[in-house]
Amino acid sequence: MNTNKDSYAAKVRMKSIGVMVVLIILTIICLLPIWILFVNATRTSLVITTEGLTFIPSNYFIENIKETVRLNEVGKISYSAWIGYRNSFIITACATVLTVFFASLTAYGLVVYDFKMATPAYTFILAVMMVPVQVTSVGFVRFMGTLHLTDTYWPLILPAMAAPAVVFYMRQYMKSSFPLDIVEAARIDGTGEFRTFLTIGLPMMKPALGVQAIFAFIANWNNFYTPSMILISREFKQYTMPMMVQSILSNDKLSDQGVRYTAIVLSIIPIIVIYCLLSKTIVDGVAEGGVKE
Amino acid sequence: MKSSAQNKIRSISYAKYGYYFILPFFIVYFIFSLVPLINTFRLSVYGNASNIDTFVGLENFKTILFGGTDFKSKGIHETVFRDFGNTLILWFGNFIPQLALSLLLAVWFTDLNLKIKGKTFFKIVMYLPNIVTAASVAALFTMLFSKTKYGPINSMLLDMKLIDEPINFLKGQWQSRGVIMFAQTWMWFGNTMIMLMAAIMGISPSLFEAADIDGANSRQVFTKITLPLLKPMVVYTMITSMIGGLQMWDLPYLYKDGSASNKFTETIAVYIFDAFHKSPYNYGNSAAASVILFVITSILGSICFAMNVDKEAQKKKKMIKEAKKLAKLQNKSAFGGF
Repeated sequence: MNTNKDSYAAKVRMKSIGVMVVLIILTIICLLPIWILFVNATRTSLVITTEGLTFIPSNYFIENIKETVRLNEVGKISYSAWIGYRNSFIITACATVLTVFFASLTAYGLVVYDFKMATPAYTFILAVMMVPVQVTSVGFVRFMGTLHLTDTYWPLILPAMAAPAVVFYMRQYMKSSFPLDIVEAARIDGTGEFRTFLTIGLPMMKPALGVQAIFAFIANWNNFYTPSMILISREFKQYTMPMMVQSILSNDKLSDQGVRYTAIVLSIIPIIVIYCLLSKTIVDGVAEGGVKE
Repeated sequence: MKSSAQNKIRSISYAKYGYYFILPFFIVYFIFSLVPLINTFRLSVYGNASNIDTFVGLENFKTILFGGTDFKSKGIHETVFRDFGNTLILWFGNFIPQLALSLLLAVWFTDLNLKIKGKTFFKIVMYLPNIVTAASVAALFTMLFSKTKYGPINSMLLDMKLIDEPINFLKGQWQSRGVIMFAQTWMWFGNTMIMLMAAIMGISPSLFEAADIDGANSRQVFTKITLPLLKPMVVYTMITSMIGGLQMWDLPYLYKDGSASNKFTETIAVYIFDAFHKSPYNYGNSAAASVILFVITSILGSICFAMNVDKEAQKKKKMIKEAKKLAKLQNKSAFGGF
């Protein structure tokens, strides 16, 4: 009996060790490409081309950054980290704020008020949740052209007001944790409906709001498709960060490998920083979105 | 007893505020999504290039689906079918390893018998590739797998004497596809894993306990309990992943050698984009391909949708049943003397 138990424990221990080994290998695979990217950004072009791969950082990072930032002036290469950061940040910040605010507003309307169209409206939102941008892009670009909105940021920012998936999530959250009595209490106190939403509804949705804001920020920052299709004239001053990366990638004149890697590093640093700070919230948010009930 | 103020509030209808609150969403959705969608359908029955204002009926669909006698329309027909094929191959090649890997990891992470330290750390690391900008990932992989002497992967393989000549990872049929499949798997397995983990944790623990007491081994638990109960979630993940896979654009668009397109990795989303974005601006063909893609996506989406609605309907049914039971019970206790 005892030996049986021992052998079982040993088996579990063996399996645990095996699992740990696999997990560590996967961790390395997950981190390796990003690590190589950072390492190469710290090396000179000559070292990268002659010495091949290494996992030990060198000390040329600051120089590379200086080079990369100067690219636009000296090398006449369409890359500017500052312009990219500025444009991406403007679009991302506006779109994120609009997404979470209007998604909360819509969800609040659907949950708090009892009106005839509430169920059909919600069904509609559920149905269109899966319609991807790619299938409407031809019509989108043509229509924006008619409205003279191509080459502006409006088509990149305004559509954020209607994010079906975020509405779905917010409604789900409100249904499970928003006491409707509080709205009635506010009414008795004589608070207007919209003010009730602003002063009571929004603050109570804060946890869900935060998670959705993080996801909206990441999605908008990473968005390469919509800017590439709307900014038709390819005006350098309007480039977002992913477009800067494309510009570096497709430029044959730029032979400095260190600078190339540094340019990519600069494009993902904001995302990496956000992830380092909020990784726990993000990962939990993915799980919550996954259960969908 | 309700106060008169409360009664007064009840009598006021607040329904109109519901409309006010949801109105902005629907106006914006109408302008930026619905009109473009309708416009895409409209463009699909109009001409290409300079004939954009000529109504051509189903000409574009005919060209795409069946080709034609002339060289040009035959080329378009072949390109679209090739790109649809590429899309499916690339999706399949990243989804299968991705699902297998995330299922295995999800089962391990939720297995309480195994002693895994730093679960949160592993989850965080494995989700990391998913949030890195796809365009930057494409740029990074293009540089790492470059065929020239700058390509670190090729130079490493050459140094290790594993290969004699650099491998053409950017242009070769299966080499380029393989890299994109790997990159996609790398980016998405963490996400799928976390979703499956949440689903497994939603399974009642008593089922696992019962199996444990009955002496089931971990394979039996997996095939007889975890997998059957996880099936809806796996199907759901598969369909959403497929819808996402059909739109695959960033990586295939950027991962190539120079500016020439790669006919082995060009997806349908890349075709649609290039057709309306590049001269000669074939809006008609692009729109027709979009409509076909839309139809496929809608079919897949409605399966997902039905599953979601199903869940809610089942829940409702269950609630009604329970309420009835409760009512019966109360009745019984009321007539307890019987």
